[in-house]
Amino acid sequence: MDVALVFTVGVFFAVSIYLMLSKHIIRILLGVSIFSNAVNLTIFSAGRLLGEMPPIIPIDADTPSQTTANPLPQALVLTAIVIAFSIFAFLLVLAFRAYQEIGTDDTDEMRVAEPKGNELPPLGY
Amino acid sequence: MAADGPLLTFFVLILPFIAAGLAPLLTRWLAHNAAWVLALAPLFIFYHFAGFLPSVAAGEPVAGGYSWIERLNVEFSWYLDGLSLTFALLISGIGTLVVLYSGGYLKGNPQQGRFFSFILMFMGAMQGLVVADSFLMLFVFWELTSITSFLLIGFDHVREASRRAALQALVVTGAGGLSLLAGLLVITSITGEHSLSAILDSDALRASPLYIAALLLILGGAFTKSAQFPFHFWLPNAMEAPTPVSAYLHSATMVKAGVYLLMRLNPVMGETVAWETILPIFGGTTLLVGTLLAVRQTDLKLMLAYTTVASLGLLVMLTGFGSKVAVEAAVLYLIAHSMFKGALFMVAGAIDHETGTRDITQLGGIGRAMPITFAAAVLAALSMGGLPPFFGFLAKEEIYAGLATGAGWGILLTVVALIGNALMFAIGFAVGLKPFTGARVETPKTPHEGPILLWLGPLVLAVSGLVSALLSEGSHHLISSPMASAVYGEPVSIHISVIPHIGMPLLLSVITVALGILAYMSLARGRAAMTSTLAAIGWGPDRGFDQAIRGLIRSSYSVTGVIQSGRLDNYVTTVFTVLIAALFVPMLVFDELPAIPTFSPLHFYEWAVLAVAFIGLGAVVWARDRLTAIVSLGIQGFAVALIFMLLGAPDLSFTQFMVETLAVVILALVMTRLRLSPTDHRPTREKVPDVLIAVACGLGLSLFLLRVIELPFDTTLSVFFAENSRVIAHGRNIVNVILVDFRGLDTLGEIAVVMIAGLAILALVRIRPGRAQVDLKSARERES
Repeated sequence: MDVALVFTVGVFFAVSIYLMLSKHIIRILLGVSIFSNAVNLTIFSAGRLLGEMPPIIPIDADTPSQTTANPLPQALVLTAIVIAFSIFAFLLVLAFRAYQEIGTDDTDEMRVAEPKGNELPPLGY
Repeated sequence: MAADGPLLTFFVLILPFIAAGLAPLLTRWLAHNAAWVLALAPLFIFYHFAGFLPSVAAGEPVAGGYSWIERLNVEFSWYLDGLSLTFALLISGIGTLVVLYSGGYLKGNPQQGRFFSFILMFMGAMQGLVVADSFLMLFVFWELTSITSFLLIGFDHVREASRRAALQALVVTGAGGLSLLAGLLVITSITGEHSLSAILDSDALRASPLYIAALLLILGGAFTKSAQFPFHFWLPNAMEAPTPVSAYLHSATMVKAGVYLLMRLNPVMGETVAWETILPIFGGTTLLVGTLLAVRQTDLKLMLAYTTVASLGLLVMLTGFGSKVAVEAAVLYLIAHSMFKGALFMVAGAIDHETGTRDITQLGGIGRAMPITFAAAVLAALSMGGLPPFFGFLAKEEIYAGLATGAGWGILLTVVALIGNALMFAIGFAVGLKPFTGARVETPKTPHEGPILLWLGPLVLAVSGLVSALLSEGSHHLISSPMASAVYGEPVSIHISVIPHIGMPLLLSVITVALGILAYMSLARGRAAMTSTLAAIGWGPDRGFDQAIRGLIRSSYSVTGVIQSGRLDNYVTTVFTVLIAALFVPMLVFDELPAIPTFSPLHFYEWAVLAVAFIGLGAVVWARDRLTAIVSLGIQGFAVALIFMLLGAPDLSFTQFMVETLAVVILALVMTRLRLSPTDHRPTREKVPDVLIAVACGLGLSLFLLRVIELPFDTTLSVFFAENSRVIAHGRNIVNVILVDFRGLDTLGEIAVVMIAGLAILALVRIRPGRAQVDLKSARERES
C-alpha cells in the first residue's frame, strides 16, 4: 500500500498545484483545500505504514499488545487538519469579501495593493 | 590623575554621551547659556587627558580597558601614546570652544538642544576613535563619527542641499568604513592580534603576501574619511552644516581621522615602496586640486573647506614621504592646522552671523566694527600663512626641511608643497584680512562685535597658535615630540623654534610668502580662470555621485518591476518552478534517486478507495458548474478519510470527515452567492505550461517521498509514546494522549490559530461596505 499511497500523494499534489496556478480565486481555493490533504498524506506516509491496528492500548495492558500504526504522525496530522481548515475558512471569507468589494475573482484584475504602472520614485534627496 | 586608574578614563570616554543626553533638558532651562554648563564636560576631559602628558612625554604610554566578550577577543580597551593623546587633547580642547561657540551661533534656534546633543555625541565618538586600542572598538567609533556627522550635516533638514550633503558624506565615509573593517580583518588574519598596541612593534604586516590587500583596504577607509582626491567632493558639500560643525568636524577633528589612521599604522605598514608611492601621489594631487578649487570660491566657508582638503593632502603626502623630518613636519602641521583652521572657520561663521553674508565679494571694511574677531582672524591667518612667530611657521620650515633633500622625488614634492602653500597663504589672508580691511561695503545686516560666545573660541585658538610657538621648547617636549615618536616608531625629539635659521627651508619660505602675496593680489583673476577651466571640464565626482544615486534608484525600480509584477499567477508559477528545481537538482546531482519500488498487490477495497479519490480529483478539475466542483471536492476529502481509516488512524478519519463536511457546506453557502464559474476558461496553450509544472511537482514530491521511506526508520519516539502513555499519562488512546498531554503546548498553539482565524473572519464579515468600497471602485474606474 505504501508505494501506491506515495504515487497517490503525487497525483494530489499535481492536481492541487494545477488548480493553484489558475487566475481564478475560486479554483485557487479548491487547490488549497486539496493541497492540505496532499501535505497531510505526505506526513502520514513519511511516518511509515507500520500496521493497520489503531494505536490504542487494550484495557488490561500497559502497552499495546501488537504492532500498531505509528501514533506520532497521526497526532501531527490531526493538528494540521484543523489548522488547514481554519486557513481555508479564512481564505474563503477573504475571497468572498474581495469579490464583494472589487467585483471580480480574476487575480489579474486585483491590483489594489500593487497597481499597474507604478511611478518611478523621486530622484532627488 | 593617571593614578586614578582606568575607571576615571572610562568615565571620561562616556562623559560626552552623558552630556549629550542631558543637553536638550539643560537647553530647555537655560536656553543658549546651557553652553557654559555643557562645555564643562569637554573641559574636564581635557583636564583629565592633560594629566597623562608627563608620563607619555617620558615614553610611557597609558593603556587600560575592560574585557567585553572574552571568547571573541572583543575588548573595550584604550591605548594612549603621544599620537592618541595629542588627538584627544585637540578634540576635547577645541570641543570645549566649539560648544561655547555653538551657544552663541545658534542662539534662539528652537533645535539648539538637539544640536548640542549631536555635537557632544560626535565628540564622544571621535574621542573613542583616537584612543581605541581594540580593532572592533576602532571600527565602531569610526562608523559612529560617520553617523553623527550625517546628523550634523543634515541638521537643517528642511533644505534639500543639506539632505544631499548629509547623505553624500554618509555614503562616502560609510563605504570607506566598510573598507576599513575589511582591512582590519585582513590585518587580524595576518598577525592574529586584535589590537593596535599588539601589532605596533611587529614586522609581520610588511612581510606578508597579503600586505598590499590590507594596505589598499585601509587606504580606502582613510582616503574617504580624510577627503583625498577623488573622494574629496563630500567635504566642501558638508559646509551645508552650521558653522560650528564645519569648524569642529570638517577641519579640526573628524576629517583628520584618516590621517590619524595612517599615522597610527605608519610604524607597521610604512617604509614600503607601495606606501611611499601611493600616499605622496594621492596626497600631492589632493593638495594641488584642493588649493586650485579653493581659488575659485567666493564663499568664505567653501574657500576654507577646499584649503582643508588641500591641507589633508599635504598631511598624507608628508606621512607617506617616509623620512623622520617629514613625519615631524606632518605632526607640527597637523597641530597648527587644527588651531588656525578651527579659528578661521569660527571667524567666517561670526562674519556670517553678524553681517548676513559669507560672500567675499560682498564684504569689506568690517574690521572697525568687529575688532576682536578681526584680531583673531589676523592671528590665525598669519599662522596659516606660515609667518613667524606662529606655530604654522614651525610647521612650514619643517615641511621644507623634510622634503627638500635633493633627491628627484623630493624636488617634485617640494614644488607641489610650494605651490600649495603659496595658494593657501593667499586664501588664508583672503579670509582673514580682506573682509575686515579696505572700503566699507554694505552688508545685509549692520555688523557689530558678536557676543563673547562668538569671539572667545577663535581668539583662544588663534592666540594658542602664537603661544605654543613662542614656548616651543615646552610644547615640543610635551606634545610634538611624543606624537612624532609614536608616528615614526622610534624616539624623536623636535627642536625647531621661531628663530629662523638661514638655510634652504627659510629660502623656500620666503619664496612661498612672495608667491602667496602675488596670488593674493591676483585672486580675482585666478578665480575667473579657474571657473572657465572647470566649466570646460564639465564633470566632476560630485556630479558623478548624483548620477550614481539616480542610476541606483532607476535600476532598483526596474528590478522591482520584474520581480514584483503584481500578478499572483506569476508569483505562484515562480514558487513552484523553484520547488521543482529544489526537488530534482539535489536528487540528480547527488545521485539520490529512489530505487525502483516493488509494488505489493493491493486489496480490492484499497483499489476502490484510491479510485474514488482519483475520480473526485478529476471531477474538481473538469467540473462544469459550481455544485459539481464542490461535491467533487467533498468526494476526494472523504476518500482521504477512508485512506486514514484503512491505515489504522480512526481519529484522523473522523476529523477529516467532519472537516470535509463543514468545508463542503460552507463552500456551497458562499459559492451560491458568487456568480462565478469554476471552469478554466483559458486557451490550451496557456494551460499546457501549468500542467507541466503541476505534473513535475507531483512527480518530484512522489520520488522524494519514495526516497524518504526507503531509508531506515527511527521508532524511538513512537516507542516512547506507546510505552508511556498508559504508565505516565493514564490514557489508552495514544494519539489523544500525545495531543493533550505530551505535546499539549502544540495543541494550545493550534487552538490559538483557530481562534485568530475565527476573529479575522468575524472582522471581515462585520466590516460593512462603506467608504473603502467607494474609493476602490472609483480607483478602478480611473484605471479603466
